[in-house]
Parts: sequence; C-alpha cells; structure tokens
Amino acid sequence: MTFRIAPAPHTKPARSTGQVMRLVCYALIPGALAHYVIFGPGIIIQLLLATITAVATEFLFTQARRRTSHNTLADYSAVVTAVLLALSIPSLAPWWIIVIGTVFSIGIVKHLYGGIGQNIFNPAMAGYVVLLVSFPLQMTSWPLPAELSNFSVSFYDATQLIFSGYTADGYNVQQLKAGVDGISMATPLDTLKTGLSQQLTTPEITNNPIFSGIAGVGWQLLNAAFLLGGLALIATRVISWHIPVGLMLGLAVPALIGSAIAPDQSIGLFMHLFGGATMLGAFFIATDPVSAATSNRGRLYFGLLIGFLVYVIRTWGGYPDGVAFAVLLANMCVPIIDKYSQPTVYGHKGSSS
Amino acid sequence: MQEYKNISLQGLWHNNPALVQLLGLCPLLAVTATITNAMGLGLATMLVLIGSNLTVSLVRNWVPKEIRIPVFVMVIAAFVTVIQLIMNAYFYGLYQALGIFIPLIVTNCAIIGRAEAYASKNPWRQSAFDGLMMGVGFTLVLMTLGGLREIIGNGTLFDGAELLLGEWATALRIELFTVDYPLLLAILPPGAFIGMGFIIALKNAIDHYREQHASKPEKQVTRARVTAQS
Repeated sequence: MTFRIAPAPHTKPARSTGQVMRLVCYALIPGALAHYVIFGPGIIIQLLLATITAVATEFLFTQARRRTSHNTLADYSAVVTAVLLALSIPSLAPWWIIVIGTVFSIGIVKHLYGGIGQNIFNPAMAGYVVLLVSFPLQMTSWPLPAELSNFSVSFYDATQLIFSGYTADGYNVQQLKAGVDGISMATPLDTLKTGLSQQLTTPEITNNPIFSGIAGVGWQLLNAAFLLGGLALIATRVISWHIPVGLMLGLAVPALIGSAIAPDQSIGLFMHLFGGATMLGAFFIATDPVSAATSNRGRLYFGLLIGFLVYVIRTWGGYPDGVAFAVLLANMCVPIIDKYSQPTVYGHKGSSS
Repeated sequence: MQEYKNISLQGLWHNNPALVQLLGLCPLLAVTATITNAMGLGLATMLVLIGSNLTVSLVRNWVPKEIRIPVFVMVIAAFVTVIQLIMNAYFYGLYQALGIFIPLIVTNCAIIGRAEAYASKNPWRQSAFDGLMMGVGFTLVLMTLGGLREIIGNGTLFDGAELLLGEWATALRIELFTVDYPLLLAILPPGAFIGMGFIIALKNAIDHYREQHASKPEKQVTRARVTAQS
C-alpha cells in the first residue's frame, strides 16, 4: 500500500459547484409547482426554452472563448440562471422574450465578464432588467391566477400563445387577462401602485377581488413556495441565512414604519414580504455566490441594502416591483461592502466576526 | 507627406478620440439613437474641431501659458455658437433633435484635448488637418454606433436623413425589417454604453490580431563575449 501525499489544501470542499447548483434547482421545484398551479402550464414551455437556450449559449460562448465546454456545462450554473429567469417572467410571454433574455444573461452578462465566478452582476436579473426595459408591455402582462380567470389555459393553448401570440380560439394574452367581470386585472402590487397613484387608499384598493388573503391571490402561495425551497437551502447549508434575513429586515422595517405613519397610503408589511418577487429574490437571486458579498457581515449588509432598495422602488419608483433593480444596484456596491466588512484575521487586534 | 499620413492614422485609428482617448462620450452616448443624429452631431463637432485647432494654433505664440485654458474655451465657445446659429437657421429639424447637445459641444473634452495636446504646439496647417482627421474619426464612430442602434432598435437606416441633407434624402431611408416590438434597450442610453463597449472591443480585437500576425522584424542577436580574448 502506498501513501499518496497530495499538496495542500487537504480539506475538501463539501460540495462541488455542480452539486450546489443542482440543489438550488431542486429547491426551486416547490416554486415552479406553485407557478404551474397558479399561472398555468406556460411555465413548462418557458423553462424548457430557457434551459435549451442557456445551454446552447453557454456552449457557443465557451467554444468562442476557447474554453472546455464540458466543465462549464456540467456545473449547471447556466441551468440555474435559465430557471430563475424563466420563473421571473410572465409565463405566457412570447418565446423570443425568454430567448433574448437568456442569451443576454449567459452571453453578455456572464461570459463577456469572464464566465462563471467573474461576473459582477447577477446574470438572471440583468437579463430580466434588459427585458423589462425593452419590452415593458410583454413583461408586465402577467396572466390572472387560475381561480380568478375566466379561461383555463390548457397546455396546448399555452404553446400556441407563446409561439404565435394567440390561443387556438383566437384570444391573445391581453384578453385572457380580463377577469370575471371583463375588467383587465394586473398583479396585486401593480394594482396597488396604480390605485395609490390615483389617490385611492389602501383599504379601498384591497377590496379588489385580487386581494384575498394576505398578499393577493396566487402571489402569496407562490412566495410561500419559494420560502419553503429557500428554507430547505438554508437547512442543507447551501446558502447562509445572512442575505435572506438581511433582505427581509431591510424590507420589513421601512414597511412597518411606512404603514405606521400612513396606513392608507402605503403597501402593507405582508404585501411587501409575500407579494411580487420578494421570496424568490431573497433566497435564490440575492444569494448568488458570485455576485453577492463574500463575508457573513458583508452579506447581511448586502441583504439589508437590497431590502431597503426594494422598499424604495416599490414605494416611490416607476415600476411596481423592484427586486431586479435592487439586486443589480447592490451588486455594484459589493466591492465597497467587501472592503469595509473584511473580517479581521485571527490574532490581530480588533473585533473579528 | 509622411507627417500628414501619420496625423490621419492617429485620428482615424490609433488615437481615435472616441475609441482610444474615450473623450466626448457624453454626446456620443446621448444622441446616437439614429445615424442621422449621429452624423449631424459628428459634422458639427468636426467643424468646431477644425476651427478651434486652426485658431488655437495661430494664436499659440501670443497666449500666456497661465491663461491658455480660458482662451481655448472661449475660442471653442465662439465656434460652437457659430455652428449652433447655422444649424438653427438651415437644419432646424436636426437642431431640435440634437437639442442641448449642440451647445454642449463646448464641453466636449475631445476638442479642448486636441487644442491643448496638439494645436498649441504645432503649426496651423498640421493643426487644422489634425482637427479634420480627429473630427472624421469621431464622426465615423458616432455613425457606426448610431447605425447599429438604429438597426437593432428600429430596423431602419437613415431615418430622418432629410433633416440634415435636404428633401432628396428621404430616398435614403432603408427599411431593413419591421418589428412589432422594437428592442427599446438599443435606443435607450444603456444600449449606447453596451454598443460602445462592443465597438471598443472590436477595435482592440483587430489591433490584437494585427499585432500577432504582423511580420516580426528579424531578431538582432547580440552576443556578449564571456571569454577573455586571447
């Protein structure tokens, strides 16, 4: 028997990148299922389209950069980006939306900055922002939650809608959005924001049928599902608790203060936490290990900053939800956060954390 | 002749104000949504550059070093005012489209940069030629970026060219493809930054390629004698 003496470091990372990324994918399953239940089968097509595009783009760009495609494809990072992007966009958006978004995410935001580990911005969110800025109509046309909708969208209808823009019966997405009384309805956050800008009070707006429960039909279930998946990620130690907790604190504290000062003109606490993309952002997007802060203290600050920015954008910004913008803005602040939250090396004076 | 060739190469490629010096980016990014706007602003900048370089070069020996910058700025401002009034009188549509960016040519660093770096040290003929070449280089980059953004964002080329070139230019308008939903990003300012990044990357890639494939001069081997001569 021979003893092989390998060079340092002798500790082995608990998981490879591929294993971590696969765990993230599994943790997204409850959210994807909730998405399917609430918004119909369109999400399956979007997920497929996004994954195929992401893998193809990853392959082409690694080839063009003369890297080995095998390693980068096997680490599933492109798949995670694609899945996150597909879960972020309206499930009945035309096919070219997700294709353009994924190509931008993988090709420009990830590979032009040097591939996995080098990108300063979160690829999925940068792709999302490009889509939101470029195609505002398609990106805000969320289908109605199934229990409010007049139409049930079958898998065949969803395919037709995504690839041609019309169902077999000739309805387009805008017509499908019309509720029981024929009035088109937006997402809860959007409805609330539009109502507030028309000088309505929060109780008046929340009489709308879309606001049953704590944060609007459908969206509360979706956020609860993402919360479940996120807690699983924390339990398996794939992510640390610092970013999600920081984000929720950064969002909840201003939300509480805001609703204490002006309960009729503000978005409530539960609406903030369980509406829009809060949970997806807190557990899956802001925790991207590449573009987030690196030390634990830094991660807490990073999360707090995102939460606060989400509150600011939702309250005073031009868009109903602001998770994507908040994440990108916080990504820009990461170098400075890292600089000022650098832990003290053991044995040096000063507090270590 | 070699000198003028060198100036042209510097202005058009090696020291291009937009691609290498990265000067004058504010108008470059703001008004290049269409190729017509880009050409209008490029030509205006070029005329100002020629005029200011020529004037600065002519007065360079009488301007005390300590106050040269205010003098340069006033020369540039005078030329910009002339160009602005001309555009107001003859190209009113374009004048309105470019808006604040015509008076802002005064603050274009490319112009004061050339006045300081070249015109204040060289005779007037070379200075005026340098202004022309720097202006042409700047205009070409503006037009490339404007063309790219117009094609990606609108699917057209030379849309609204009649504002600059007169009625006949409506025939120049090329409709490459029609899109129901334009890629707004290309027309909005972020598109200008991204497009500019790609153009600079392309320029660097070409330089890199040429450097690698250039015929290397025969290496002169000089041997040091290490043994004592007998």
